[in-house]
Amino acid sequence: MRNQKPETRNQKILLSGNEAIAKGAIDAGCRFYAGYPITPQNEIIAYMAQHMPEAGGVFIQSESELAAINMVFGALASGARAMTSSSSPGISLMQEGISYIAAAELPAVIINIMRAGPGLGNIWPAQSDYFQAVKSGGHGDYHCLVFAPASVQEAYDLTVLSFELADKYRIPVIILGDGMLGQMMEPVTAEAAEKPQRPQKKIWAATGCKGRKPNVVKSFYLNMGELEQFNLKLQEKYQDIRHREQRYETFNTDDAEIILVAYGMMARLAKKAVESLREKGHKVGLLRPISLWPYPADILKEIISRQPSVRFLVVEMSYGQMLEDVQLTVNGRVKVDFLGRSGGGVPSEEEIINRVRRIAG
Amino acid sequence: MIERIIISGFGGQGVMFLGKLISWAAMRENKFVTFLPAYGAEVRGGTSHCSIIISDREIASPCVEQTDTLIAMNQPSVDKFIGLAAKGSEVFINSSMAKSLPDNISVKINSIPFSDIASKLGNIKSANMAALGAYIGRKKVLSKEGILKLLPEAFKNNPKLIQLNTQAMEEGLKNG
Repeated sequence: MRNQKPETRNQKILLSGNEAIAKGAIDAGCRFYAGYPITPQNEIIAYMAQHMPEAGGVFIQSESELAAINMVFGALASGARAMTSSSSPGISLMQEGISYIAAAELPAVIINIMRAGPGLGNIWPAQSDYFQAVKSGGHGDYHCLVFAPASVQEAYDLTVLSFELADKYRIPVIILGDGMLGQMMEPVTAEAAEKPQRPQKKIWAATGCKGRKPNVVKSFYLNMGELEQFNLKLQEKYQDIRHREQRYETFNTDDAEIILVAYGMMARLAKKAVESLREKGHKVGLLRPISLWPYPADILKEIISRQPSVRFLVVEMSYGQMLEDVQLTVNGRVKVDFLGRSGGGVPSEEEIINRVRRIAG
Repeated sequence: MIERIIISGFGGQGVMFLGKLISWAAMRENKFVTFLPAYGAEVRGGTSHCSIIISDREIASPCVEQTDTLIAMNQPSVDKFIGLAAKGSEVFINSSMAKSLPDNISVKINSIPFSDIASKLGNIKSANMAALGAYIGRKKVLSKEGILKLLPEAFKNNPKLIQLNTQAMEEGLKNG
């Protein structure tokens, strides 16, 4: 079942979220992968080990997460499309490397299939790495683009998109999923496999400088004033991304009095709760951020100006991390409630429904 | 149409394989489907389960909080999941490995010795296919033809198993 080949164009294949991400990467032209095993994302490494050599790329099971991210750093500097993946504690170990990659303006794709924390935690679904992903987990004033898929198809599509945007903006991109997304299987249409990606030539890459001036890929600016100039350039880029790359999905928000805000797999459970509540006549909707950085603030502001009496209920598998971005955006203009569990517990449909009913009075 | 299934049993009984096969068959019949395995510290001999939802429309949540079909391959699975079975729903119990059956509940119990059926055919590991046969016989969600087309694909690395598993499925269908 792992190796099913579509018989006809666009025929669906059954993949787990982890496999879809790995396949999406290869279909997007990723030809270098380094990673170190950790549950619940091992299917990414397993898929890469099997299929990367078939695609003519490099697969390395590194000796540690530090090694993996720095191998990716090197591959990126030489112009390859490269990726690593891990789960929460492993991603923490990579933060120094991610900061360097952001500073060197390299197009990394980094997958975090979150487990519950803090510490070694456990392997159950959680969303408690939100702060780390969207507020720059390493040192320095930098950002990564962050996407949160809510289905296996979207895991595939966003991985392909991540490689495109990483190249376009020369920025690291993080895909933030959880164990449930990684493990669950759904049908996928692998469109990118039908039209092979041809990444643009990277004129800044360190590819050997015979006959031209050497390219330098670095994150070290010792001369006074130089780093500040560089940081201002980064900030301009981030501002541009904030304008262009906000992504979200709305569901039944037009007449909603209470709007749930949830991302990733949590949004799937919230959507089920919205469907059940709608059947009983409650005016409830769902806003699902797809990009977590940049945060889809514009749609939140638009909803508030259209429906000034709206209330938001943020639902997360954490104790209130995305909540802060909603509060910042809303800035006290409307009420924001919160429902969250973390440590392996997932807010159930019933818990969400009960909370909405209590808010609705 | 929405069909919510939990399949549960000892690790090694082919619970995950059966779940994936059902999901795969549903996909081929152009249904929406989600397959969610329990992915914890499940090991051979421990209890393992998966949740499947098949629907004509997009599936919001892949979590199964109530079942339309429960396939329980051993006693701990009956004890753990019978409480989730919806009123009037189908419950398939592997009576070779689950002797104490729930009473006084409003579900349709199909108590069938899947492991014994499989053993008679020469390989106890095909008990999951016997359960599949009983399932497709009782519930008309998936077609037998669809499954028969998938089996050669599913066992293409070991063609010997195609016949065994087809037989096990047919026996389950007869007993279902």
